[in-house]
Amino acid sequence: MSESERREWPLWEVFVRSAHGLAHKHVGSLHAADAEMALQNARDVYTRRNEGASLWVIRATDIVASRPEDRDALFSTSQDKPYRHPTHYNVPDGVKNL
Amino acid sequence: MYTQMVDVSEAGLDDDSERQRIFDDKIDRNVTIEPDDWMPAAYRETLVRQISQHAHSEIVGMLPEGNWITRAPSLERKCILMAKVQDEAGHGLYLYSAAETLGTSRDAMVAALLAGRAKYSSIFNYPTLTWADVGAIGWLVDGAAIINQIPLTRCSYGPYARAMVRVCKEESFHQRQGFEVLATLCGGTPEQRALAQDALDRWWWPSVMMFGPPDSESLHNERSMRWKIKLYTNDELRQKFVDQTVPQADFLRLTIPDPELKWNAERGHYDFGTPDWAEFHAVVRGNGPCNRERLRARIAAHEDGAWVREAAHAYAGKRAP
Repeated sequence: MSESERREWPLWEVFVRSAHGLAHKHVGSLHAADAEMALQNARDVYTRRNEGASLWVIRATDIVASRPEDRDALFSTSQDKPYRHPTHYNVPDGVKNL
Repeated sequence: MYTQMVDVSEAGLDDDSERQRIFDDKIDRNVTIEPDDWMPAAYRETLVRQISQHAHSEIVGMLPEGNWITRAPSLERKCILMAKVQDEAGHGLYLYSAAETLGTSRDAMVAALLAGRAKYSSIFNYPTLTWADVGAIGWLVDGAAIINQIPLTRCSYGPYARAMVRVCKEESFHQRQGFEVLATLCGGTPEQRALAQDALDRWWWPSVMMFGPPDSESLHNERSMRWKIKLYTNDELRQKFVDQTVPQADFLRLTIPDPELKWNAERGHYDFGTPDWAEFHAVVRGNGPCNRERLRARIAAHEDGAWVREAAHAYAGKRAP
């Protein structure tokens, strides 16, 4: 077995920003030996149809993510605060630009 | 609404009953299962098998069409075919990545393919003998693949569903370019029309068989449908393919090679003949016209590329801080 088969290229996550001013969005992942190759591969695989104006690649192991079991602790408290949304408030008929 | 049955022997109900309940509830409510979520071992194994086979099909599927890149009849057709084959490589990558989120490695999946342990779609073990075959593959094979893949954009495993969204978006030009190749041939000389008819004659039944064995023989249909990693049965998808394709063949004024094909007004569907399932099983077992050639080509590509992988490793190692 050759050296390359014992050691897999690391996994990178790919983010693309479209030309329309939106933030970078996760589009998928790929394997590459280093950052330069990851960027080149990302260009080849994820931007063949004018999808992007900018690319980010990040080693998958460098991403810090919230854990599924923490979901309630992190996010459930925001569900009982409807007053944070404009739809919570009554706007009297006839009042404009509010 | 179906009952959410739990396969005790495979899912380990005793240890995981609470986690199992949460999993079942998500499936019922169409909440996607994500990589870090708990899932039954059998769900994980089935998905790894299904997604890796799908990925292998994309990669092996590059071979029959790649065969015609140097001989495409015009520069535009050559550009189109190269773009399509390049898409298939990308689809393979999306799918391998989706499978990797389940804890397997791409190297392990590729090794299984090259060792002949993994399956891929039976359709790619048929040869592309003429240029018209390139048209037939786009029209019929990609047409069948789209019918199979569109429902999977709503399947229960998040990374697989998201990969399918990308694949389906890119796939739609594949089918159209194939139909256009055949439409062009059909508008040409009698010899060109004959080429188109010959391609349909050879690709029709293998395409009908792409949806897998009939429901009566399909082993994992019910469980996979419960898990929502299969949303329609093989026979339902096959019927949809026939219903959608027959009018297109009529437009091309080509004859589908099935004497039993007939519109059934009562059912609102076409009736059609029975594929040669013995042939299907032979191809799946490795005895189709091109099985050995396809595997040889994949192994050669992998071995010939070894020095590139090693060089990239060495280069990255030297530049690492």
